[in-house]
Amino acid sequence: MENSISIADDEKIIQDLLPGKFNTTGKVWVGILTAISLVGVYAYYRQLRYGLIVTNMRDYVSWGIYISNFVFFVAISLVGSLITAVFRLAGVKWGTPLTRIAEMIAVAAIIFASIIIIVDMGSPERFYNLFIHPRIQSPIMWDVIVITTYFFISILLLYYPLLPDIKILLRFKEKSGPALYKFYSFLGSFWKGSHKQYLLSKKAINVLCITIIPVAFTIHTVTSWLFATTYRPGWDSTNFGAYFIAGAFLVGAGGVVVAMYIFRKCNSLEKYITLDHFDKMGRVLVLLALLYLYFNVNEFLTPFFKMKESEAGYLKDLLSGSFAPMFWFAVLTGIILPIIVLLFKKGRRPLPMFIVGIMVVVGAWFKRYLIVTPTLLHPFLPMHDVPKAYHYYFPSWEEWAISMGSLAGAMLIITLLSRIFPIIPIQETLTEHHHETAAQNI
Amino acid sequence: MDQKIGVKYIFKLNEMEPENNSRRGFLLTGLAVAGLVAGCTQKKDPFEAGAEEQAMASGKTVKLLSVDGEVIEVDEAFLKPVPHMPPVSNTEARVGIPGKKFVMVIDLSRCKNLKICQAACDHAHELSPGQNWIKVRPMQDAEHTAPYWQPTLCMHCDEPPCVKVCPVDATFKRQDGIVLIDHDRCIGCRFCMAACPYSTRVFNWGEPEISTEIASEPYTPESPFPQKKGTVGKCDFCADMTRRGELPHCVTACPNNVYLFGDMNEDSVSNGSETFRFSDLIRDRGGYRLMEDLGTKPSVYYLPPVNRNFPFESGLENDKLQNS
Repeated sequence: MENSISIADDEKIIQDLLPGKFNTTGKVWVGILTAISLVGVYAYYRQLRYGLIVTNMRDYVSWGIYISNFVFFVAISLVGSLITAVFRLAGVKWGTPLTRIAEMIAVAAIIFASIIIIVDMGSPERFYNLFIHPRIQSPIMWDVIVITTYFFISILLLYYPLLPDIKILLRFKEKSGPALYKFYSFLGSFWKGSHKQYLLSKKAINVLCITIIPVAFTIHTVTSWLFATTYRPGWDSTNFGAYFIAGAFLVGAGGVVVAMYIFRKCNSLEKYITLDHFDKMGRVLVLLALLYLYFNVNEFLTPFFKMKESEAGYLKDLLSGSFAPMFWFAVLTGIILPIIVLLFKKGRRPLPMFIVGIMVVVGAWFKRYLIVTPTLLHPFLPMHDVPKAYHYYFPSWEEWAISMGSLAGAMLIITLLSRIFPIIPIQETLTEHHHETAAQNI
Repeated sequence: MDQKIGVKYIFKLNEMEPENNSRRGFLLTGLAVAGLVAGCTQKKDPFEAGAEEQAMASGKTVKLLSVDGEVIEVDEAFLKPVPHMPPVSNTEARVGIPGKKFVMVIDLSRCKNLKICQAACDHAHELSPGQNWIKVRPMQDAEHTAPYWQPTLCMHCDEPPCVKVCPVDATFKRQDGIVLIDHDRCIGCRFCMAACPYSTRVFNWGEPEISTEIASEPYTPESPFPQKKGTVGKCDFCADMTRRGELPHCVTACPNNVYLFGDMNEDSVSNGSETFRFSDLIRDRGGYRLMEDLGTKPSVYYLPPVNRNFPFESGLENDKLQNS
């Protein structure tokens, strides 16, 4: 009797969590994202043809929103390790429904981080030079190495926990259709779910969880070192690694909150992603925002107090000059307001959380812009003897199109992954459900 | 400049003394001489061995220096351009000139912001409009100190931050202290531009505007043309000139003798008309380098703008012209 209820429950859970076809909204969403990405591809074609002249970057601002975008992607990809690895290793059970969302975001973001860095290159056709003439003392080489490592670990960390779910998916041939069925068989038909396989997979996931944390810390620290290893005012900071990591955790968690809300709404997962999850993610988010605030104070207070000649121009421009509106917008919407909202219990309900998540992500994007551009506009030697256009920077339409295209592309990957695979790990949910009922029966 | 535009002519004497045969062989094979003509001996038809061509004498003659060091007169019709000499190989260009350590001294008291150095440099290196390897900046050290003009170019640092960060070894420092860039290897990541505290590097954002003549020049990092789209460019201390023992273009172009160039190992710097002992000059005139605290150890030294030849204002009109 008890057993049959359990089986019925299981079937209900599986039916709830199986990935379904897109409804109209879904199709429109995919259509819009594809269109934006294609505009980006066209803009990139133009850039390849005419050179980086189509951007508004010039000799002083030689890195623009492409690099800001790259840092943003690297930052948001850090969430995969936060939710999956940190929660898993710390034995945080409530994180289970969020792990796959986090991993999908991580994979999509790291793919586009690598793409956008190639887009930024003046001679992408010579990309292979990085492999035939590598110089290990360059922070770019470190970045190439850790991004590749992180990419593969992220893929595996998405793949291994999927295997038991693929076995379940294979049972529903009619629902998935022949093409997807073939794809599932290709990915996971070797998974029989035997005890031995289960143990192996558990071990593998554990190893990955342990390795991904230092790799994730490294990838973002190395990205910060791309800036911090130069002599530029505003980048010449020992705080940069920690500052970047804190910011990355914050934007990553913000991204997960946004995705949680959207998936919950669109796939009617209210039973699985509960108010409690939002409340707990809210607590995590407020903690991370406080941490990031702390590193921000560290980053700006010490040079601001001294106002060294080389830093003064940059700092004044940032805090009260032409970059001040964006700076204060990024700090307020990205850090301070989220802290205020999330400190209240009512602020940790789904809708306010969703809005806060968007604020965090948008604020973080602008924060990355502020890390790159103002410094480049404040070199040690004054800008002189260059064309007028070199003194300012506002991205050209091609730059916007490519950057927005890359963001749309990342969201498209997340959307398609959620169409193919269950957003919430089915097998793990079942196991936890069994544990719960068993605990209740005792 | 002349090495690009001027066509080189190489001649041989067809009626050679026996002991000159080895030299002729050397010229023919080693230097890949394509055209051959000449002769100023008393023979009737000195050009019969000139094989392929049966050019008719035009009557116009040119004076040339023969390989023997004699001044000879040759009919123009028998001159044939020799293809551009193969430049030094990439490997040689990367090694540099043994035993040298190039150094530049910029005398700020002489600078009037004429920007003739800049124009000469732009012209010699076929820089696209807007690109300048030399920038002349109005500087003022503190609120109440006198302003002065400060020409800046690549500092050719001994600890170059740009070389440290380059992921593919496209920019490199040679044993003679010159920091160069290999356009054939540069991936255009612009990390070197971000790392350079002197903001001396420029980027070829679009297709460089070069003449067809220049576009067909054989490339070597020592004479960085033709420039290529999507790569970084920079002042190269005119490495091609220094290999020939000549002064860089900015040094010879400046009418005020602001620039001095030389070899630190010889301890002498020259602007073409005056030569100084480098160590004396730096010691007596209080020479210094820019941003010494960064530890980049530049090879460009400045002499402070004391006892100036010109008031600061004298160059201002030139600057307005540039920025309008």
